[in-house]
Amino acid sequence: MHKITMTLNGQTITDSVSDDMLLVTYLREVKGLTGTHIGCDTSQCGACVIAVNGESVKSCTMLAVQAEGAELTTIEGVGDEDNLHPMQLAFKQAHGLQCGYCTPGMVISAIDYVEAGGALDDMSIRDGLEGNICRCTGYHNIIKAVQIGAKMMQDAKR
Amino acid sequence: MSKLIYAKAASIDEAENAFNEAEDARYLAGGMTLLPTMRQRLVAPDRLIDLANCQLSSIEDEGSFIKIGAMTTHSQIASSAVIGRKINGLAHLANGIGDRQVRHRGTIGGSVANNDPAACYPAALLALNAQIHTNKRQLPAADYFVDLFETALEDGELITAISVPVPQKSAYFKAPNPASRYALAGVFAALIDDKPYLAVTGAGEQGIFRWHEGEAALAENWSKEALAALSISEEGLLSDIHASAAFRSHLVKQMAQKAVEACA
Repeated sequence: MHKITMTLNGQTITDSVSDDMLLVTYLREVKGLTGTHIGCDTSQCGACVIAVNGESVKSCTMLAVQAEGAELTTIEGVGDEDNLHPMQLAFKQAHGLQCGYCTPGMVISAIDYVEAGGALDDMSIRDGLEGNICRCTGYHNIIKAVQIGAKMMQDAKR
Repeated sequence: MSKLIYAKAASIDEAENAFNEAEDARYLAGGMTLLPTMRQRLVAPDRLIDLANCQLSSIEDEGSFIKIGAMTTHSQIASSAVIGRKINGLAHLANGIGDRQVRHRGTIGGSVANNDPAACYPAALLALNAQIHTNKRQLPAADYFVDLFETALEDGELITAISVPVPQKSAYFKAPNPASRYALAGVFAALIDDKPYLAVTGAGEQGIFRWHEGEAALAENWSKEALAALSISEEGLLSDIHASAAFRSHLVKQMAQKAVEACA
């Protein structure tokens, strides 16, 4: 067991975790933050993407103990029902989801992509989101959502 | 991962000592290959020694070469202004590895230690004649990469940095596997002291190799047309469910031509 301290969705927490616990398991089963999904178990699908120190990362490919000292944001920390993040609003508006399973990871990856200054043409967004797999939408509406969300994020900054 | 012990080393010496104390230890860099491999139960080390606190993340401009710390991420290499300016091919290569999330955690040292036969960095390091620094010695890329997943690293030896000479020009192109983004065939082209270098990854049965015939043709005439009449033998090329040796032979030439054109 290791004692770790981290900031999770704005709150500083200290907890004991076993050496072999994956970060995604810690988030879901210990903290009850089930918005972070597990889709593949092979580090390919991106359903488990969270932000670690502001960068999108697959939480299934990190040990919980590696999060020592880090600042983590899961989808629960991005927004809530009454106060959606602009990127969440954009996914709703553009119908950027059907079943919703990939959406938490998509939204976090999209926010990271836009905040890092990613280009907003279709092909660049497709490249930028290649770590996130969606089996419903065919991606077209996700691309639209990212474009709308990026604009709303810029407007919100003004 | 039942009996796994995780330890975070505060220095290279501490990491080495922890390694020697365990029966079957592994150094943990970015974990982008090691952790998925452990989850599939393909490896089951009893100890993971995390190198995150060993101060191995750095990019230093040394004039004629750039020294990159082993724990520098693909994302840091891709976005480094000095690498983008002086070894553009390497920055471009780093930006095409895996996906955005993998690039945020995966490291150059981890990739080079693993020596996946379809990984991108080995091609760049062989073409540019990079030096691999370890906690014990320093050796050139040509001596370091041995075979598929096999390197000159000895038990417990760990990569600390990689010195990459600055070429006159360089470029990298790969035909990525559509699922993994690993190279079905990738070619790093470089011009150093007016001499051309072509290193191929993803295609060789024994890992990366130099395409000497292509280099000779480029020495006469540095242009993609100089490669047009050549064909690379299928002998010694990988053939698997992703691509036949014949297809890889075709891809190597195509990628080499694209790389030469991109750095012309």
